[in-house]
Amino acid sequence: MTLGMVFLILAALALAGFFLGRGRALAVAGGDARRLHSLPSYFGWQAVLFLALPALGLTALAAFGGVLRHPATGWVALGLGVIGMGAALWNTGTEVRARNIVETCVKGLLILSSFIAIATTLGIVLSMLFETGQFFRQYQWTDFFFGTVWQPNFRGGSDLGILPLLWGTLYISVIALLVAVPIGLFAAIYMSEYAGPKFRSFAKPAIEMLAGIPTIVYGLFALITVGPMLRDYFAQPLGLGTSASSVMTAGLVMGVMIIPFVSSLSDDIINAVPQSLRDGSLGLGATQSETIRLVVLPAALPGIVGAVLLAASRAVGETMIVVLGAGAAAKLSLNPFEAMTTMTVKIVSQLTGDTDFAAPETLVAFALGLTLFVFTLGLNVLALYIVRKYREQYE
Amino acid sequence: MTAKTSLLTPDARTKRRNAAEARFRLYGLIAVAVAVIALAGLLVSIFGNGSSAFRQTTLHLEIPLPEDKLDKSGTRDLEVMKKVTTIGYAKVLANALEAQLDAQGISVEGLKSKDISKFLSEEAPATLRNQVLEDPSLVGQKITLELLVGGRIDGYYKGRVTRETALLDKNVSTAQLDLADALKEMGLLHTSFNWGFVTAPDASEKRPEAAGLGVAIIGSFYMMIVVLALALPIGVATAVYLEEFAPKNRFTDIIEVNISNLAAVPSIVFGILGLAAFINFAGLPQSAPIVGGLVLTLMTLPRIIIPARAALKAVPPSIRAAALGVGASKMQSVFHHVLPLAAPGILTGMIIGLAQALGETAPLLLIGMVAFVRDYPGAPMEGFFDPATALPVQIYNWTQRADPAFVERASGAIIVLLIFLLAMNAVAILLRRKFERRW
Repeated sequence: MTLGMVFLILAALALAGFFLGRGRALAVAGGDARRLHSLPSYFGWQAVLFLALPALGLTALAAFGGVLRHPATGWVALGLGVIGMGAALWNTGTEVRARNIVETCVKGLLILSSFIAIATTLGIVLSMLFETGQFFRQYQWTDFFFGTVWQPNFRGGSDLGILPLLWGTLYISVIALLVAVPIGLFAAIYMSEYAGPKFRSFAKPAIEMLAGIPTIVYGLFALITVGPMLRDYFAQPLGLGTSASSVMTAGLVMGVMIIPFVSSLSDDIINAVPQSLRDGSLGLGATQSETIRLVVLPAALPGIVGAVLLAASRAVGETMIVVLGAGAAAKLSLNPFEAMTTMTVKIVSQLTGDTDFAAPETLVAFALGLTLFVFTLGLNVLALYIVRKYREQYE
Repeated sequence: MTAKTSLLTPDARTKRRNAAEARFRLYGLIAVAVAVIALAGLLVSIFGNGSSAFRQTTLHLEIPLPEDKLDKSGTRDLEVMKKVTTIGYAKVLANALEAQLDAQGISVEGLKSKDISKFLSEEAPATLRNQVLEDPSLVGQKITLELLVGGRIDGYYKGRVTRETALLDKNVSTAQLDLADALKEMGLLHTSFNWGFVTAPDASEKRPEAAGLGVAIIGSFYMMIVVLALALPIGVATAVYLEEFAPKNRFTDIIEVNISNLAAVPSIVFGILGLAAFINFAGLPQSAPIVGGLVLTLMTLPRIIIPARAALKAVPPSIRAAALGVGASKMQSVFHHVLPLAAPGILTGMIIGLAQALGETAPLLLIGMVAFVRDYPGAPMEGFFDPATALPVQIYNWTQRADPAFVERASGAIIVLLIFLLAMNAVAILLRRKFERRW
């Protein structure tokens, strides 16, 4: 029996169960719903829940046990469901508190759902810790964290030092922030302090559109437009390199991508600064720009720093732009027109294609992933901490 | 004498301060302009490169199907006829084209027979073969077909290939371009809307002209179904629990911090999780939409929960109090009153979350969706386990290929992706406009 059939049959049974349960409750009460503890439909829902919970629970278990597509799974799930539904139908009477049963079940489901977020985090941490442990059993951790050469070799004897990757990641992120922070901040200031409603209604969606564009689009933009342009007009005339993919290409395009993160967060924060502060400053004779620089920005600073840190964590974890724009050569170099690579690029390249999950060359991707996870988590926590600790409270 | 509007003559310091004011304002304007120009440049670059992917040059060709070549036995037995490979059909096509040229009296200087056989796409013989195998009675008759021409000839009409580049390119000769011009004049060669781009599966490295998005669109669609079916109930349930039922204690605090942190975890990390948990541990198949959908679900969940909670919070407490006051249970007040009122906000957040999931590439690369897939996945449920690709991954795949025609395809695919995203966001905005309530 195919999985689709199981679900179809379950849906049909659930529909039948609802009406059976309701009808039976009414029959027990002699057609007078007032004699029941709960509304008749709750008896229907009880039947549906008792059918669906065991059946779907078993399917989920089978999915994680790897026997989801085993032919018996469907039959067992259906059998359990029918037994559950039978129990629900049997459990019908004027004194039965069907509503309480249904509500307890639903509440349990709600709690279960909110566990999924925690399970995801645990899954991320555990899966990466486990594989990283495997990696460090085969490869010295000092060589990983302090090695300056990245040269994976699938026949063994690889050099897997993280430093060149870390350098590339940070270099690209710094360029991206150098692009995004001034532009985003000034755009936010202009839009919240100077722009009229007409200008805002056009410019704000345009900038926010930048955030809605998938990163693969930025990647292609870097690959076919920005990269060749930088090479032809800057790198080659200046004698700095001949590669279209470079730190500069990826950094610039990534900067454009994170402009909206900086600007919309800063915009909110600047708007949250109370008008009375501005009025006070303007009343003392300060110009508008002086008010912004000396009053509004200092008041908004913690929030802006938080926004920049969040943007930095986006930049560090960004993948597609660097895969398409930055190149694949792991190098420690200062030249921004040279191709370099990042942790995310190497995670992709080590985990795609034919992979052998016993070799350190594959397992290193998990160590890189864990490093990335810890790094971005640190930035996020720091951002939250700064925002919470230094937030001005206005009443 | 110019009219003075003020009696005040600004001193040097005031002038400086006013100039600083003007400068500061200008910086702001420049920043907005740079961002808007970057957006415009991005869109112009993509549309400029990609719009030609929606047009395709085809050749209208009359093809006699000789029995001695295609079905020597004369039995019309499919098993026997399958022994004739595309190479055999390619010869039939080349002969047909040559015959047509003779019949029309077209002669091109320096045109070799190899040029003629390479004029059509490598996909064309396969098209013909499938047609014949579908209806063996065609053999011995004459049929007319619209056949794809080679990628370089197609590029000639899109400005990608010129006579100068043709001299340097061993895949196309100027004689072929002359032939194309001659055929165009006869009205046999024409360029029309490229339906194949949206419906056909991917094609190999050598035939960019036949590559399409069919499998990728189905794969993406399946993944979105999985995301919708899982993320909407789970996300709403979590939001309802945290907003309406959860006691304020350490444990719910952990869940809340956890969700906001998950929203900021790089997407590639979810790919690693998917690889480790769903493929290596649970043994689900690689490249399957179900795995992609699960990974995207986990990634999208926090991005759905956060707006859903905001929507629930926006429903005023008086609604809850009124429901409780007429005897509803807590659960009834939430599911009968609060949730329906918050539904537009929740749906808007859901659609935006789905749109983000649709454009996500990095995690899908890790779970094997980069594989070359030519077969359409099956019908739902079972089809969720068949190999497929996804739109953004298909774009990535095409950027990795050497033939410049694939740049056009990749940009065209981005246009398709952006149209989907635009439609989804438009629906979200409409929903918000129509149903948003201020309390």
